[in-house]
Amino acid sequence: MNKMQKALRELAEMDELAAQNSIIHRLCPTAKLLATVLYIAVVLSFGKYQLSGLAVLLLWPVLLFQLSGIPVHICFYKLRIVLPLVLAVGLFNPFFDRAILLRLGPLAVSGGFISMLTLMLKGLLCLMASFLLMATTNFDSLCASLRKLHIPGMLVTLLLLTYRYVGVMTEELAVMTEAYSLRAPGQKGLQVSAWGSFLGQLLLRSMDRAQELYASMLLRGYHEHFHYAPMKPFGPGDVVYLALSALFFLVLRFVPAAQLLGNLLLR
Amino acid sequence: MIQFQNVSFAYEPDRPVLQNLSFRIAPGESVGLIGANGAGKSTLMKLLLGLRQGEGRILVDGTELNKASLSEIRRKLGYVLQNSDNQMFMPTVYEDMMFAPLNYGLSREEAERRVDAVLERLGLEDLKHRHNHKLSGGEKRMAAIATILAMEPEAVLMDEPSSALDPYNRRIVINTIRSLPQTKLIASHDLDMILDTCDRVLLMSKGQLVADGPTEEILSDRALLEANRMELPFCLAGRTK
Repeated sequence: MNKMQKALRELAEMDELAAQNSIIHRLCPTAKLLATVLYIAVVLSFGKYQLSGLAVLLLWPVLLFQLSGIPVHICFYKLRIVLPLVLAVGLFNPFFDRAILLRLGPLAVSGGFISMLTLMLKGLLCLMASFLLMATTNFDSLCASLRKLHIPGMLVTLLLLTYRYVGVMTEELAVMTEAYSLRAPGQKGLQVSAWGSFLGQLLLRSMDRAQELYASMLLRGYHEHFHYAPMKPFGPGDVVYLALSALFFLVLRFVPAAQLLGNLLLR
Repeated sequence: MIQFQNVSFAYEPDRPVLQNLSFRIAPGESVGLIGANGAGKSTLMKLLLGLRQGEGRILVDGTELNKASLSEIRRKLGYVLQNSDNQMFMPTVYEDMMFAPLNYGLSREEAERRVDAVLERLGLEDLKHRHNHKLSGGEKRMAAIATILAMEPEAVLMDEPSSALDPYNRRIVINTIRSLPQTKLIASHDLDMILDTCDRVLLMSKGQLVADGPTEEILSDRALLEANRMELPFCLAGRTK
């Protein structure tokens, strides 16, 4: 199995994760979507030095991992490519912001270092929340809830088809890389000289396949309007989930829980 | 049911792909479309489905194919693509089968009843909630046929329905095709399958219709087939000279 085939397999695994049956999987997608958006908004609202306040927000994804039965290592494995990029965002902060913010015994910690950690944690929390949403909700249901929230149909269809076409493009890439490696034994990766024609071919082949797929949709009555599978209705359980989540986020946003806990422990 | 009147098509003006094609397919007829690679079989299908526009007239059930009638005509024609992966774009077989009935305005309950009936008829009930990417080649092909039958089309068009199938799955597909009551137009290089499933054959060469007649008569004519870069079907190879 080459890298591309593995990528395809991973894409399919996300659908399989979403098809599981836990208390979180059974919630209405709209409730999960709203809770995730609210969570991300709260995470982003923290200031650059509010590391301790932000750290407590880790509790929410941890709780969701427990309730959904999704192993945490799968999350980090799936995010292994994007995670380093997100974590690298604040890497230069310690060089620009050298003002000492606190001292841990003999160790002086600069504001830049704290803001770097805050940025990293923000990225990590947002990614974990997004992963949990995707891993507990079928993508079609997610699109259906976006429509329910009055996001323009064209935009949602675009999102859905992009998701589907990622698979199509990866499939083409898998076939091409396999064909390449069979004729380039012992070679690691793709030679720079072949990049141009490889990408060009990939584009043409993906376009051909996309056209076939689109033709298949048109021939089955598609008119720019997708019929999404009916969603689980927004029930009392969803209201409770959303209300508790919102309350939890707001409490953690406005009550310095980490500080209170620290004071309590120091007493 | 299907009528071509002097239909021509070219991607480039000096290189015609189809030249002055005229033929007629009666309701319920099962017609094989054969010819060497590049003969124009797939293009003919695409013209019939309104995916390409050429010259001449194409009529389906007496209605001329044009922009205004396109959606009405497409509703009557079910097209099984050569590559089932390109046909099945929804995550599961069930969702794929529901796609067309819902687009054609059926309620979810009606569409589901129709899907269940098709799956039962084809003996594919166990595929209903399977993920498309997890199906084998044979299962995918059968599921692709099922998605088309869920449309309840009046005619079924198939492009190489037996390609890349093992003998067992090929036989299942052939039996399924034979059991379909609809008008059928099947483009294929698998002449044994055409012999098994079609009463009549259209032989194409370089965009032209070179023969039109009963399947056995055309497929046993070695000279005609070889003149058009084809060979006798295996099952007839020993019986004719």
